[in-house]
Amino acid sequence: MELVEAIILAVLAASTPLLIAGTGELVTERSGVLNLGVEGMMIVGAACGFAGAWLTGSIFIGALFGIVAGTLMSLIFALMALGLAVNQVATGLALTILGVGLSGLIGAGFVGERITPAIHLAIPGLTDMPLIGRVLFGEDAFVYFSIALVIGVWWFLYRTRAGLILRACGDNHVSAHALGYPVLRIRTFAVMFGGACAGLAGAYLPLAYTPFFIPGMTAGRGWIALALVVFSSWRPGRLVVGAYLFGAVTILQLHAQGWGVGIPSQFMSALPYLATVIVLVLLSRARTGGSTAPAALGTVFVPDR
Amino acid sequence: MLDQTSNDLHSGEPPLLQTIGLTKRYGDFLANDSISIDIQPKQIHALLGENGAGKSTLVKAIYGLIQPSAGEIRWQGHPIVLSGPSEARRRGIGMVFQHFSLFDNLTVAENVALGLDGRESFKDMSARLEQVSKTYGLPLDPRREVWQLSVGERQRIEIVRALMQDPKFLILDEPTAVLTPQEADQLFTVLERLKAEGRAILYISHKLEEVKRLCDTATILRGGKKVATCNPGLETAASLARMMVGSEIREVKAPADRKTTVPRLVVNDLSLAPGEAHGVRLEHISFELKGGEILGIAGVAGNGQDELFAALSGERLSKDPGTVVIEGIAAGHLSITQRRKLGAAFVPEERLGHGTAPRMKLSENALLTGHAASGMVHHGFIDTAAALNTVDRATETFDVRKAKRDPEAASLSGGNLQKFIVGREILRNPAVLVVSQPTWGVDAGAAAVIRQALLDLATAGAAVLVTSQDLDELAEIADRIAVMFHGRLSAPLATSEATREKLGLLMGGSSLEPKEAAHAVGA
Repeated sequence: MELVEAIILAVLAASTPLLIAGTGELVTERSGVLNLGVEGMMIVGAACGFAGAWLTGSIFIGALFGIVAGTLMSLIFALMALGLAVNQVATGLALTILGVGLSGLIGAGFVGERITPAIHLAIPGLTDMPLIGRVLFGEDAFVYFSIALVIGVWWFLYRTRAGLILRACGDNHVSAHALGYPVLRIRTFAVMFGGACAGLAGAYLPLAYTPFFIPGMTAGRGWIALALVVFSSWRPGRLVVGAYLFGAVTILQLHAQGWGVGIPSQFMSALPYLATVIVLVLLSRARTGGSTAPAALGTVFVPDR
Repeated sequence: MLDQTSNDLHSGEPPLLQTIGLTKRYGDFLANDSISIDIQPKQIHALLGENGAGKSTLVKAIYGLIQPSAGEIRWQGHPIVLSGPSEARRRGIGMVFQHFSLFDNLTVAENVALGLDGRESFKDMSARLEQVSKTYGLPLDPRREVWQLSVGERQRIEIVRALMQDPKFLILDEPTAVLTPQEADQLFTVLERLKAEGRAILYISHKLEEVKRLCDTATILRGGKKVATCNPGLETAASLARMMVGSEIREVKAPADRKTTVPRLVVNDLSLAPGEAHGVRLEHISFELKGGEILGIAGVAGNGQDELFAALSGERLSKDPGTVVIEGIAAGHLSITQRRKLGAAFVPEERLGHGTAPRMKLSENALLTGHAASGMVHHGFIDTAAALNTVDRATETFDVRKAKRDPEAASLSGGNLQKFIVGREILRNPAVLVVSQPTWGVDAGAAAVIRQALLDLATAGAAVLVTSQDLDELAEIADRIAVMFHGRLSAPLATSEATREKLGLLMGGSSLEPKEAAHAVGA
């Protein structure tokens, strides 16, 4: 029982940064912008988040630092890809390279330092319940926030007029412009939201996952978040499935290796990727008709004036 | 409400909308040169002109999509500056776009909501949508996604969306270009009713008979300037065309003695699943086309014409070779190049990107379709002189106007590029020419050259298949006309028997009397 609870807790912890970053990128892509710089924004968020927490001693301020850093990074992207209509793929890749370098610079002085990680919820009685107590009532604030975030984004996209306009920009920016919607401004906000989420997801790593900073600690999570958005066919509900599935298989394969299952470790390490891709492909096959990707995704838009 | 304002009109009252010296400049290019028009309530005002005459620029300025470089717009007598379409809508200006401003993956109701200001709840809006569509006889299902709808239904969304704002002034940009004759008649009924309600309508078209029938006033643009304002009812179609073009249009003459020879293109029971998500399935298409003959394929866009072109050209292959027979050889499984070697040539609808590579020179574009069968390539090396020679011959024969000897394809105007593309294929002396929308968006002069070239090619013994949405064009050049609907091809009618009514019925999916159809096949 102890072990099962520990595994579930580890799965939630491993999935949360993917869920937060993926939710942000999902909103960005739904507006028609492909920002491949998630990894870069995350790693800068991680460095700045740790710096903020170490300097002030507050996890909350550290998280804010991460959000602001991610947003600033995304503004560089918005300036290039939206303002100057530069190719989005090239800009996104450059942003990741920039982010990796920048985070090394910012974080250089903090390597080896430690902070007190984010505290976990503790409600007497509830948290002590066997098996589900700590899973439901003993998480850190990031985990609860990530779930609220994805529900909020779902509600925004499908239940509000602003969300409808954002989806319209991603489906056909020429029509959206013809109807008088400020396509570039809407997309800039969507990119900034994606940046803020990526920064927060990055900050989660040194603030809650491991209480110290090492260069390159995002270790490709930004790319996985990007892939999850595609395989979830741009739907928040499936993103949750994908993120937790990926986290689950990651943790389980580690335990499996520990138990000495006779399968090469390289194969086991590849398992989370394989499992996530297969499940999400099966999910998206089940949908009938209609295209899944936002039709204007990744295309440059220059309004004529 | 609206009726009253128009009844209150006395002679001194200003027009509903007025442009005074409206000018729009793009760099050195004057898209609109000091245009002044007056639009009165209870009036259907036609805006006529060829492609590139400045019609779209003018209405975009009136709808607030672009800012004029000079001049002013007056609304009910007061000068206004429109910050954008939402302000235009707020003042009572509505617009139905030629290229629909719809979102394929959203529902009808969501599309309509996006065109409104969002001050009412989605539920109230949906209820009003159903009420408006019922009132005007424009049926729509609010819950369906747009990609599932026909072109006519899509236009209905645009019209209902505009009407829900209760506009005083409605702009329609070439609304009948995609409709069957019967659908167009239904639209005219709606427009007459809107006029009777006291609204003003600006009606952009280049179908002159339509304008004569429907419109009270016409403003004619040419080369960015206003050339005339007239009452179209008092003009003839020929005099209107003369004002649009600025000169007489050469008449296309069909040679008297055209002999049909052996079958050169035969299609046998061709069925093909769509290649992309929202494509059309081709179902049991059969026809036979002899040398010396032009077969026209009519139909509303999106009924499988593109898919048929792809199947004939070899862009999509058929599993059964016998479905497409070119010059007596089963070719359904052959590639584009192999089909070209059999003597077939293809001109797709899209000039830039499909017919030519926009950033490549004309000689390189000539090479792209001519490499297999016209001596421009020797042992894998390009014969530059031969390629340039092809460009020169096409230029001379088809009067292609361009700035230098071998410019990039994208630098030519639509009409000149189309003349080059058609010329490039005709100079190869094809046995079979498949051409899609040969004069779409082409000025009247170039259109006449292209139609004459197609007739001459048939006279020389080639088999020509023309797909077009322009029924007048097909009536002018085709010997027989068949109609595509939902991926099926009707039996061809002899052009003399193919009245607009019959074609319209077929385009809308109705079948003719069995007796009559059998008779037509025999003809």
